[in-house]
Amino acid sequence: MFQTLGRLSGYLFGFASLFLVWHIASAYLLRSVLFPQPAKVFATALELTLDGTLGQHVGVSLGRIFVGFVGGSLIGIPIGLSIGSFGIVRRLLEPYTEFLRFIPATALITMAVIWFGIGEGSKIFLIIYTTVFIVIINTAAGVSAVAPNKIRAARSLGASRGQIFLHVALPATMPFILTGMRLAMANSFVTIVAAELVAANAGLGKMIWDARLYMLVDHIFVALLVLGFMGFIADRLFRWGIYAFAGRFQPVT
Amino acid sequence: MPLVRLSNVGKVYRSLTGDDYTAVQDFNLDIEQGEFICLLGTSGCGKTTILNMVAGFEHATNGVIEIAGRAIDGPGADRGVVFQGDDSLYGWLSAIGNIEFGLKMRGVPKAVRRVQAKRYLEMVGLTGQEHKHPTELSGGMKQRIQIARVLANEPQMLLMDEPFAALDAHTRAAMQSELLRIWRATSKTVLFITHDIDEAIILATKIGVMHAGPASKLKSVIDVTLTAAERDRTHDRFVSTYREVHTIMRDEVAIAMQRTH
Ligand SMILES: Nc1ncnc2c1ncn2[C@@H]1O[C@H](COP(=O)(O)OP(=O)(O)O)[C@@H](O)[C@H]1O
Ligand SMILES: [Mg+2]
Repeated sequence: MFQTLGRLSGYLFGFASLFLVWHIASAYLLRSVLFPQPAKVFATALELTLDGTLGQHVGVSLGRIFVGFVGGSLIGIPIGLSIGSFGIVRRLLEPYTEFLRFIPATALITMAVIWFGIGEGSKIFLIIYTTVFIVIINTAAGVSAVAPNKIRAARSLGASRGQIFLHVALPATMPFILTGMRLAMANSFVTIVAAELVAANAGLGKMIWDARLYMLVDHIFVALLVLGFMGFIADRLFRWGIYAFAGRFQPVT
Repeated sequence: MPLVRLSNVGKVYRSLTGDDYTAVQDFNLDIEQGEFICLLGTSGCGKTTILNMVAGFEHATNGVIEIAGRAIDGPGADRGVVFQGDDSLYGWLSAIGNIEFGLKMRGVPKAVRRVQAKRYLEMVGLTGQEHKHPTELSGGMKQRIQIARVLANEPQMLLMDEPFAALDAHTRAAMQSELLRIWRATSKTVLFITHDIDEAIILATKIGVMHAGPASKLKSVIDVTLTAAERDRTHDRFVSTYREVHTIMRDEVAIAMQRTH
């Protein structure tokens, strides 16, 4: 209890100091219309929240991240498991994963828009793309890292191949899968903003881009602030979820 | 008919560089029902290789291994294996979950297997620890879980690969007497691997001493006729048995030292 309180107050002080530094910098050191003060940004944020625009952009971006992240994980986990389990699948698929993982999603934005249009299709494609390879690589590495004695013990205890997969390989790989998903989540935030900056009709990236046209610097800051918070909260929620539902798999977060 | 018969068993490890390594060759051993056999040998002589072949984890490249007259092909629930380290335990399962794993795999209903697992948990002296996970337990406790996990599955024989080698001397001594107590209570056949002469004399009804590798085989087999009271390091008969085994081992240790230094 006290530990939790201590940690919480630590975070609060950390964030408070961040805003203090920002305030001092913008009010005294770098006074410029191009560097708004926190108070001004908060006022704008409130205004944009009340008229509904902020909520709309946030909702659109989060929705894209959610769909792409879940979809990418659902595709990546089984592929990673079979790459890790079967040498033949590894040899067949590794050229794809080893090649494509060096092409960042941001480099594919233009192609995605040409193929899938500027709507949801291209965004979700990019989030899936950025999620799937990290999840595959981590999952496959996890399967190869399962101690052979765990498998041997199961065989001597009378487990079938299918049971070994379900009751040994899968749970033993869980920490790696979850780590892959957590990294993928962070990547999704990067990718969605880049994609919406280039071509979109809504979302936080689009909000930044529109604000640039009218020099609404405080709008840009609102978007940046919200991004930071969203990423932070999403990561904490994911960690909390991991411990709540998968604590016994000893996740390394 | 012996429970296990190894006839002219050999194992060659193929290497990618082409230097094949003959770990064991012409290895012959009979294990009778209910015997406690200790396979004793210097480090690297091929003890684990033998155990892995009996367990069915590795194929013999020569000869045959039969159990109750049938050549083995692969691992089976009739042979329970206790590994040297703790990496075979399932970290995501509690102590009781680990112990009932084999029963679960074989479709024993939850209520039934809980009762059975609890019985073996008690037998290895872990009552009250059933909900702890392996990371929360000491090295000795983890080996107890491994032993209970294997016993709960009711195999015909136990294969134990230096199960106490990583434990401190006191824990090891305690585990040895527990194992003897369990062996007497369950009358299982045991193939126990060790490099420790003391341990072999404390536990075994029969000690098989191996030659140093490569191409290791059995050098001699010694029947240990000591009573429970005589299995004490200070007892005269223990000391004379020690001398006997040590004389056989001495040359092999010298050979093994020469090879590795
Ligand atoms: N998978 C393997 N591939 C190649 N050589 C091996 C393998 N396993 C064991 N060996 C070699 O076989 C010999 C016997 O090994 P092992 O049976 O583990 O010995 P011990 O258990 O008696 O210490 C050693 O020289 C070891 O290097
Ligand atoms: Mg060994």
